[in-house]
Amino acid sequence: MQNNQHNPFGIKMSKKPLTKNIVTLTALVIAFAVMLVLSEAGILSRHMRSMLVPVCINIILAVSLNLLVGFLGELTLGHAGFMSVGAYAGCLFSIAMKEILPMAIRFPLAMLVGGLVAAVFGVIIGIPVLRLHGDYLAIVTLAFGEIIRSVIINLEFTGGAAGLKGTPQDSTFVIAFIVVMITLILIINLVNSRHGRAIMAIRDNRIAAEASGINVTYFRMLAFVMAAFFAGVAGVLYGHNLSILTAGTFDYNKSIELLVIVVLGGMGSIRGSIVSAIIITLLPEVLRDLADYRMLIYALVLIIMMLLNASPRFAAVKAQFSPAALKAAAAAKKAAKEGNANE
Amino acid sequence: MSKLVPLPSKALVPERDADKFPILDVRHLGIDFGGLTAVDDFNFTMGRTEIGGLIGPNGAGKTTVFNLLTNVYRPTRGSILLDGVDTLGMSTHQVNKLGIARTFQNIRLFTNMSVLDNVKVGLHNSTKSNLFASVTHGPAFHKAERKAKERALELLSVFHMEDLADAQAGSLPYGAQRRLEIVRALATEPGIMLLDEPAAGMNPSETAELMENIRKIRDTFQIAIMLIEHDMSLVMGICEGIAVLNYGKIIAKGTPDEIKSNPAVIEAYLGKKEE
Ligand SMILES: Nc1ncnc2c1ncn2[C@@H]1O[C@H](COP(=O)(O)OP(=O)(O)OP(=O)(O)O)[C@@H](O)[C@H]1O
Ligand SMILES: [Mg+2]
Repeated sequence: MQNNQHNPFGIKMSKKPLTKNIVTLTALVIAFAVMLVLSEAGILSRHMRSMLVPVCINIILAVSLNLLVGFLGELTLGHAGFMSVGAYAGCLFSIAMKEILPMAIRFPLAMLVGGLVAAVFGVIIGIPVLRLHGDYLAIVTLAFGEIIRSVIINLEFTGGAAGLKGTPQDSTFVIAFIVVMITLILIINLVNSRHGRAIMAIRDNRIAAEASGINVTYFRMLAFVMAAFFAGVAGVLYGHNLSILTAGTFDYNKSIELLVIVVLGGMGSIRGSIVSAIIITLLPEVLRDLADYRMLIYALVLIIMMLLNASPRFAAVKAQFSPAALKAAAAAKKAAKEGNANE
Repeated sequence: MSKLVPLPSKALVPERDADKFPILDVRHLGIDFGGLTAVDDFNFTMGRTEIGGLIGPNGAGKTTVFNLLTNVYRPTRGSILLDGVDTLGMSTHQVNKLGIARTFQNIRLFTNMSVLDNVKVGLHNSTKSNLFASVTHGPAFHKAERKAKERALELLSVFHMEDLADAQAGSLPYGAQRRLEIVRALATEPGIMLLDEPAAGMNPSETAELMENIRKIRDTFQIAIMLIEHDMSLVMGICEGIAVLNYGKIIAKGTPDEIKSNPAVIEAYLGKKEE
């Protein structure tokens, strides 16, 4: 349907999200196939090859964080905390089962364990935290991430500050990509469902959502737990990609990095999160010299994006160049041309 | 509206029913905000298919009554029986499930979502798909979604808004936003619907159309409707029973004709005549 053609009142038509997401997923599969071929053919440098799994991990993290920041509309700064809980749970499971289970069974189970443990933490943290909104929620989740990190460093069975060794290195690009696809399909489905609508309704107007019969506490918790689950799974992939797992990597810098990815890609845009995760993960590696300034660049990106998103003029420009608008403009041009030809 | 099938409403009594078991029975309701008594000794009953009006000067406590009825506030005194059930201590979404829906004086739509999705949120509790169905999108999910979409379009057709289904709710003109709020409330299958100044910001012809539609909704869905309005032509035109609130207290109750000629009401609205 060409909605834009008879639209004199400036009414914005919302995009068809499902077709858009099918395009995104297809593009992702193609990109995966190309990278796989390049990697197998030995064309990719060793360094680039080592980036493939981290890119997948960051996509999972970014999309799951977007569920909270973009779809539920709550700023949380503890995503790295859920990732670390999942990573340790999954790695400890794999270490214990190393001799007992074959990799094909052990690794999927490890991911499930990591995801579920992170989800349980999501519930435990969620009960007190979900009474809070806005700045308060951001601060408390930030503190949660830091507490998790210090607890892990001070425990013995996690390897303490020295780190956890002996995890089988099961993460491969193919497995990581499969997990990315499963995550994306589940989250995209969720967003385009009765449950997703409830979550977005809470974001847009909590009071109206409640008056429409939505159990706000349940759906906030659901979003929180789902996001924690996928962050945990990503953590397991991460832990099985390294020879040693240290808690230090899951500090607030990691949470901020993920937030930058989500904000840069656009809150509530899954495609944006994917593209942005790829760029932000690869950028520091490509621009090695800039690595020292990474946090500075992140801060700048956050500030600029927040300012741009708050500006109505930028929104207008963006709308003007949206695919729907471009299509409408092209159609109008074509119609005008035909009109001329007929004269 | 021809193809619109009435909801399996909680109020199935087709004939007029002032003497039937009331959908809403409010007794001695009151609330204090700190030292301020916003509502006091509020008594009100609504028949199953009645259109009732709540009027009064600015700050009289009308919206506060709606907030009490929908459990946004917890009353300091009194009780609310919704369809015979005491709603004390329930949460807002629970009383909605029990059969009370509302619109807001300052419009509260899900502005970033489409018109259709706004109505589908209203259909939330009648759309039967569980979390597993929602993340897997199996056949049962698609069936439930199709049904929800059909129903949503049907409900939008009450106000001839089907063509706007894909529009972003926040970008609609003011009048359409007010109408969408009513459709969303209707979608929750209420036994009683509370409308807080539904005609605010509408021009006279829009208001006249709204009046017709409110009556039509009552007739089709066989529900009770209680509305707050400052537009007296609307209130007097469609309400069967009216309560007048002033400083949180009901100062008059009755039919439109009784209210129009009630000296206490005239005084509340115009101030004391004799100086
Ligand atoms: N949450 C609250 N806390 C404190 N005071 C409140 C609260 N809600 C309402 N009030 C007060 O209660 C009184 C009644 O307000 P209410 O909004 O119910 O009036 P109203 O009759 O709807 O007026 P209007 O016609 O202007 O909408 C006002 O004095 C208002 O300031
Ligand atoms: Mg009011």
